[in-house]
Amino acid sequence: MTTAQISLKRPGLLTGHPMAKYVLTRVRQSVITLFLVSVVVFAGIRALPGDPALALAGEERSPKALAAIRAEYGLDDNIVIQYARFIGHALQGDLGTSSRTGLPVADAIGQALPVTLELAALSLLLAIVLGIGAGVVAAVRRGRPAEWIANALALLGLSIPTFWLGIVLVLAFAIAVPVFAASGFVPFGTDPLDNLRRMILPAIVLGSGLAAVVMRQTRAAMLDSLSADYVRTARAKGLSRREVIGGHALRNSLVTVVTVLGLQLGHLISGAVVTEQIFVLPGFGKLTIDAVFTRDYATLQGVVLCTSFAYIFINLLVDVAYSVIDPRIRLGGAR
Amino acid sequence: MTTLALTGIRARAARSGKLRALRKNKLAMTGGVIAVVFVLAALFAPLVAPYDPAQPNFDNVLAAPGWSHWLGTDDLGRDQLSRVVYGARASMQVGVLAVVLAFVVGVPLGLLAGYYGKFTDSVVSRVTDTMLAFPFLVLAVGLAAVLGPSLTNATIAIGISQIPAVIRITRAETLRLKHVDYVAAAVANGGGDGTVLFRHILPNATSALTVQATVGIPAAIIGEALLSFLGLGVQPPEPSLGVMLSSAQSFLAPAPWMAVFPGLAVVAATLAFNLLGDGLRDVLDPRGATR
Repeated sequence: MTTAQISLKRPGLLTGHPMAKYVLTRVRQSVITLFLVSVVVFAGIRALPGDPALALAGEERSPKALAAIRAEYGLDDNIVIQYARFIGHALQGDLGTSSRTGLPVADAIGQALPVTLELAALSLLLAIVLGIGAGVVAAVRRGRPAEWIANALALLGLSIPTFWLGIVLVLAFAIAVPVFAASGFVPFGTDPLDNLRRMILPAIVLGSGLAAVVMRQTRAAMLDSLSADYVRTARAKGLSRREVIGGHALRNSLVTVVTVLGLQLGHLISGAVVTEQIFVLPGFGKLTIDAVFTRDYATLQGVVLCTSFAYIFINLLVDVAYSVIDPRIRLGGAR
Repeated sequence: MTTLALTGIRARAARSGKLRALRKNKLAMTGGVIAVVFVLAALFAPLVAPYDPAQPNFDNVLAAPGWSHWLGTDDLGRDQLSRVVYGARASMQVGVLAVVLAFVVGVPLGLLAGYYGKFTDSVVSRVTDTMLAFPFLVLAVGLAAVLGPSLTNATIAIGISQIPAVIRITRAETLRLKHVDYVAAAVANGGGDGTVLFRHILPNATSALTVQATVGIPAAIIGEALLSFLGLGVQPPEPSLGVMLSSAQSFLAPAPWMAVFPGLAVVAATLAFNLLGDGLRDVLDPRGATR
């Protein structure tokens, strides 16, 4: 707190500025976490009972193949050297070779990533539009049926497991009334309409839980804002209801909503794994599950490493973005 | 002596007041009743289930819900109601055991980190961050890959994934309680670290931890269903709501009831604990959400 007070007196200086200090602290923490994650992922394969070469080999277990793997991964070297080599290769984009396909793991990830990113983007869009909309309605229409309905939908959205919602939606909109396709993927570039027809159900499945969380947070934040002094002032100076709600109350509530979206990222990743499994989408999640069942440890290692790195990085971005929006965070966090 | 007795009475009065407040909350009570039904069904599954959940009957496959089979039969002619009851048993088992595991590991670590601070806190916090860096399913999938898929390993994976949240909440509570007068008094009285932590700090953190448990149980129930659905948890022919949903996927058009009822059971269980948890949070934790 003292640092913050002192540096507030000279905000022009970058060194010792609470903002810079906060960002540096967060970056330092993230680097340590990244390092620990990479150690855990590396050790994971070595923790398997028996010869790691056996695990990396998958189905192909002839002595010749095992010897080749041992040479390729340098499994007879010191464990620290092995780790250094693993990280060195990973940093250059070399995540090893899949024991199932014989192709580079990095290529498989490169192919799966666009599918998952599209799914995540559509779900986020859905969650933001539905969640913020319902949250604002619930807050503005406090105590009326609209609030009650929005609350009930949010509670349902939180309690219905993703995979069951997926099955029910397939039953309703792909089997009973076949409007959408239940499985398969067509790249957006090939046929945008068919792509969307296949992506809408998965996006609803993945976005619904997120929409429920966003709705609850928007509602709570809006209720706070609506009773705040600046909203009363805005009303008193004669602004229309729409201007007060949209321009003042909602704008101030969005800070909370942005943070919540960041915090929900992990759920989005886990949800994507299941959603892709139900709708047979060739994304990141399907790659992960397939790797588990085919004991394709090189792929599993690469996928877990990539997911965790992305997760840590985005969390860092969210924290930094949040501290830019809300100075109270960095003043409290920089201690 | 009198003061102590009075404090005791007042504490009891406050507790019964909280109970009364909870009893007035209709949604929470509904959730509580459904939760109790689930617990009882799980405990007395052999008495509740009308049929043997594993007994196939090939003369009566994919039968629609009716008088002899209230929830219909599956692709092997097994009674769906009996399988849902036994599936709920697996769900409750994982729900409770995973949360117990998370508490047994997380609470002591949170207490240590919050009470001693400095180096201990840094180490525990970095470990927590590392665990949080793995999204739940990625962690569970990795563990299932290493340990092999089974109900026990699914429980361990779900329990481990809940440890960071328990550590964070215990740590935050310890940080708050460390500076409260009665803890300072206990320290001044010559109370050792163990006495202070387990007799003065931990009992006062129970509200926050109770709320966390009601969040953790439904999360673990969904987690079990999810892992079993993906083939990483309970292995067929053992009944589990997730396994039932997974096999229902192949019979969506001819036998939609195979997918509807196990799913409804999962929703009812999670909804019940969520409602109960919301009610408890209102009563026990007036500062609002701890997470």
